[in-house]
Amino acid sequence: MMRLPPFTYVAARTLAEATAALAEHGHAAMLVAGGTDLYPNMKRRQFEPRVLVGLRGIRELSGVRGSAREGVTLGAGTTLSTVAAHREIATHYPALATAAGLVSSPQLRAMGTIGGNVCVDTRCNYYNQSFEWRRAIGFCMKKDGDTCLVAPGSTRCWAVSSSDTAPALVSLDARVRLVGPGGERTVPIAALYRDDGIEHLAKTREEIVTDILLPPADEWRSTYLKLRRRGSFDFPVLGVAVAARLEGDVVRGARIVLGAVASLPRSAERAEAALIGRRLTPEVIATVADLAAGPSKPLDNTDFTHPYRKKVTRVFVARALRAIGGLDAGGSAVEEVA
Amino acid sequence: MSAGEKHGFSVIGQPLPKLDAWAKVTGETRYADDMVLPRMAHAKLLRSPHAHALIRRIDTARARALPGVYAVITGADLPRVKFGILPVSQDEEALCTERVRMVGDAVAAVAAVDEETAEQACRLIDVDWEPLPALMSMEESLAHPEIRIHEYGDGPNVHKHVALQFGDVDAAFARADLVREDTFYYEGSTHLPMEQHAAVAQWGADGKLTLWSSTQTPHYVHRSLAKILAVPGAHIRVVAAPVGGGFGGKLDPFAHEIAVCQLSRLTGRPVKIALTREEVFYVHRGRHPVLMWIKTGFTKRGDITGCHLKTWLDGGAYGSYGVASTFYTGVVNPASYKMPVYKFEGARIFTNKPPCGPKRGHGTPQPRFALEVQIDKAAEELGLDPADMRRRIVTEPFTKTANHLTVTTTGLAECIDRVVEASRWRERRARPRARGARKRGVGFACSAYMTGAGTAIYWNAMPHSGVVLRADRSGAVALLCGATDIGQGSDSTLAYLAAEVLGIAPKDVHVHPADTTLTPVDLGSYSSRVTLMCGMAAIQAAERLRGALFEAVAKKLEVPPGALVARDGKIGVADDREKALPFAQAVELGEAMHGVLAFPGSYAPPKRAATFRGGTMGQSPCYSFSAGIVDLSVDEETGEIAVHDVWIAHDVGRALNPLLVEGQVEGSVYMGIGEALMEEQVFRKNLHKTPSMLDYKSPTALEMPEIHTILVETDDPEGPFGAKEAGQGPLLPIMPAIANAVYHAVGVRIDEVPITPDKILRALDQKRRGGPGRVGPEKLPLLAPREPLVVESAFGQPAAAVVVRPFQTERLA
Repeated sequence: MMRLPPFTYVAARTLAEATAALAEHGHAAMLVAGGTDLYPNMKRRQFEPRVLVGLRGIRELSGVRGSAREGVTLGAGTTLSTVAAHREIATHYPALATAAGLVSSPQLRAMGTIGGNVCVDTRCNYYNQSFEWRRAIGFCMKKDGDTCLVAPGSTRCWAVSSSDTAPALVSLDARVRLVGPGGERTVPIAALYRDDGIEHLAKTREEIVTDILLPPADEWRSTYLKLRRRGSFDFPVLGVAVAARLEGDVVRGARIVLGAVASLPRSAERAEAALIGRRLTPEVIATVADLAAGPSKPLDNTDFTHPYRKKVTRVFVARALRAIGGLDAGGSAVEEVA
Repeated sequence: MSAGEKHGFSVIGQPLPKLDAWAKVTGETRYADDMVLPRMAHAKLLRSPHAHALIRRIDTARARALPGVYAVITGADLPRVKFGILPVSQDEEALCTERVRMVGDAVAAVAAVDEETAEQACRLIDVDWEPLPALMSMEESLAHPEIRIHEYGDGPNVHKHVALQFGDVDAAFARADLVREDTFYYEGSTHLPMEQHAAVAQWGADGKLTLWSSTQTPHYVHRSLAKILAVPGAHIRVVAAPVGGGFGGKLDPFAHEIAVCQLSRLTGRPVKIALTREEVFYVHRGRHPVLMWIKTGFTKRGDITGCHLKTWLDGGAYGSYGVASTFYTGVVNPASYKMPVYKFEGARIFTNKPPCGPKRGHGTPQPRFALEVQIDKAAEELGLDPADMRRRIVTEPFTKTANHLTVTTTGLAECIDRVVEASRWRERRARPRARGARKRGVGFACSAYMTGAGTAIYWNAMPHSGVVLRADRSGAVALLCGATDIGQGSDSTLAYLAAEVLGIAPKDVHVHPADTTLTPVDLGSYSSRVTLMCGMAAIQAAERLRGALFEAVAKKLEVPPGALVARDGKIGVADDREKALPFAQAVELGEAMHGVLAFPGSYAPPKRAATFRGGTMGQSPCYSFSAGIVDLSVDEETGEIAVHDVWIAHDVGRALNPLLVEGQVEGSVYMGIGEALMEEQVFRKNLHKTPSMLDYKSPTALEMPEIHTILVETDDPEGPFGAKEAGQGPLLPIMPAIANAVYHAVGVRIDEVPITPDKILRALDQKRRGGPGRVGPEKLPLLAPREPLVVESAFGQPAAAVVVRPFQTERLA
């Protein structure tokens, strides 16, 4: 079987211990929470940390606090299965509960954390391969090489943001709390992401995502649709998160966020703007879906063909809007089997 | 065996759990990778990063200097002998010496204190490569005869080229009311067994070698090792460890098995190797990608007047079972329907990819897909119901096909009737239902498959299967047989058969499988042969034992032996329950009378193969038949397919254990859905694109439909208590039935697998723009046709119900 490289495991008991360990070991250190993504990647030598700082022993990192009225705070160490099953979240922030419940498989959701999914490494099918495979193809700039194999003329890495919860959280206007050696800061979650397959997180190495803060639900409706080959296990190759606030049947607020079609969760701003002040009629939905597909620019580095992922972006945005408007969502309904 | 006894079964027909079910579930079963021996070393192979390259030099000095490394070997440390599973394709080296032909070819092996050290040492081996142009498709291989992957074969990069003609196809097409020509493509796929290949070798202090391996063919591995290692076969013992799934992927002798033997010899330690999942993708031997052209003539009523099939197989870098695979893409199709005239041309092309070989259904799912989809198209043109059309043309029992296969029993007509009825086919077909973007459709297909290959892979006149039964004074019976249980339940089935004949419980039978030192040869777990061939041998051995026991008991009870029966753990007079002895006591009497009670059973298939060259291919003692109906929906906006229900009726001859048969049918449906909808063995920049279980898409439990299995029993005279195969045939109707259901749902033809959402949307787009609404191959490879061997069609000739089987003549007396 594939084996892990040797490393030292630091079992931090407090955030201060964790940040201190990160500061001490610098580039040699990485954080690990559930480890569901990190350890397989280490076996393939995508990461070769000499020190792992474990977060599982830090009690303050897990748990869900607050309410939909005043806003909900999720400790970054809360497992994805807890998030998916949380009644308050499922009722008032359905995009998040749905997204968390669609990550990988039940076993991995029981280990994987919301913080881990928010920070999960970008993916590319030239990169998520064993060391021997990557060596055979000549390595890529994300690890051990200097070119991009999916776009050879490119000066940047096009690895794909593959978090289900990230687009859902951006659509919900969540914020994240980061704690580092110099103290803590809270930023809109969209500001955590950079449009770069390698440096995809806008945080320092010493900073730890400690909490995810959801604003008061305030009548916002939301939903998340995920494209993948199979009903379980697979990373998204397209995620569509839509949140909207309606007064009567008029849209007063809207956020449409696309996952897995860029190196970061991508907001479809023109489509959002086109919804404001409108009713969710079939014509409006069609127009908005076309606009939303614009920023969907997948490349040929995941499962499915990239033209197909682009085509489905439009379909999913329309279906998400129909679901939010309480219209028939089309293909998502379960049919009575005769 | 009397007729009355045959139908008054006590074990046969019972839905019993497998004997090893609890051991598997609790983790007690010891697979090869679970073995730990004192002083054991761990091995890793260094594999080629190039698809095609010359090896200028290999320097192992840095690897050997690494602390913890016991030995490093290259091809120079092995006898310079090539091997391969088929005598006609001896083209492999365990560790390549001069040239590599695919990414993943092994070039060196390391034994070390642990797996991490062995892996590190592999990275310290310096190989000086001279890359050669890689031929990554059949088209490239045929277009570049100046680049030769192998020097042998039927032409530059053509491994095998066959052409057989039975009757006049042109005349047959002239008689037809409708002649269709269609092209199809069937993508390659891999077996994906849960257990990755593993092996442990121990070259003992006595100078003898033992290899424990996850193999489906310990006998062939035994023979190969003697040749490759230049060691007397008498000093080699091969034990097939319990196999965690094979599906054809563990049927060849492999580099890793040979390497651990040699490393054990050099280090004086037991050496283990366990392949990574990625390595299993390189070892491969999976489904051949096959391009097909099929021309069939039909009458207005739906009779087939004749069929002409051409296949091109992308073989990959080595021969493996490829010659057989090539024939199998042609020779089995005629078994299902009346096809009076038949012509087949097949060519297997070498490419610089992992070698293809025998995957469940070996060579037959591809042409079956072509035939069944073409019949669906013809039925529509002729205005016939696809099920009714097939129902009219099923082959007659006990007749020969155009290409001289002998069909004994066939339950295909009953299979068709049963699935049509159970699924309410006519109702579903007449009223396609839609909900929003989701369109519902049903599709139909049938198939036939061999119950064991009629010939061994090397010519010989010996049994294909042997069993030795020894009765113990405790009442236990030891059953020794070379068969390998790969999860299909052969150990259990052998126990059931012996228990049935001897009137004891299956738990009292101790099956000792697949150990070349202890067990009589069985050729291996392939071609759906084990239940039939080992089963017949087991029955023969059990009947001989029972005869000896009857003789002794008869003397004791003072009745004639013919008055005795063995039932409920006793041997006694049939209609007098008081006059009976417990089985253990019968054994004691028997041993006192005869000495040690050990009896052999032997089986070889009936000799009825045609004498023309290639005439043995596809010959089998009997054939299984299946009919399947798939109900699915297609999302017109996303192209996604959801399979809701599958009805499948399978003519299994007799269900020795219906629970196991249903398991085989369900597993086949699962594998068929994977091949139909998502599995692809695809390459990019000379590398396998998805060599992991995450990225190689195979269905999960969530993709599984409701499966309605119907078992049809035809009591075949060739099978043990009438049984035929169940492990491969039920896979075959699934792919074409899905393709046909997709057409029924949304009116587009996807003439290739996998049928992906992307292809559905492309075909729908095309149709909206006034096109044909089809995605499939557009052109065929350039390869000059070969002059066919012309043989008279044997279609419709009567076949003897029972023919003489070697080693089993006494049973006919």
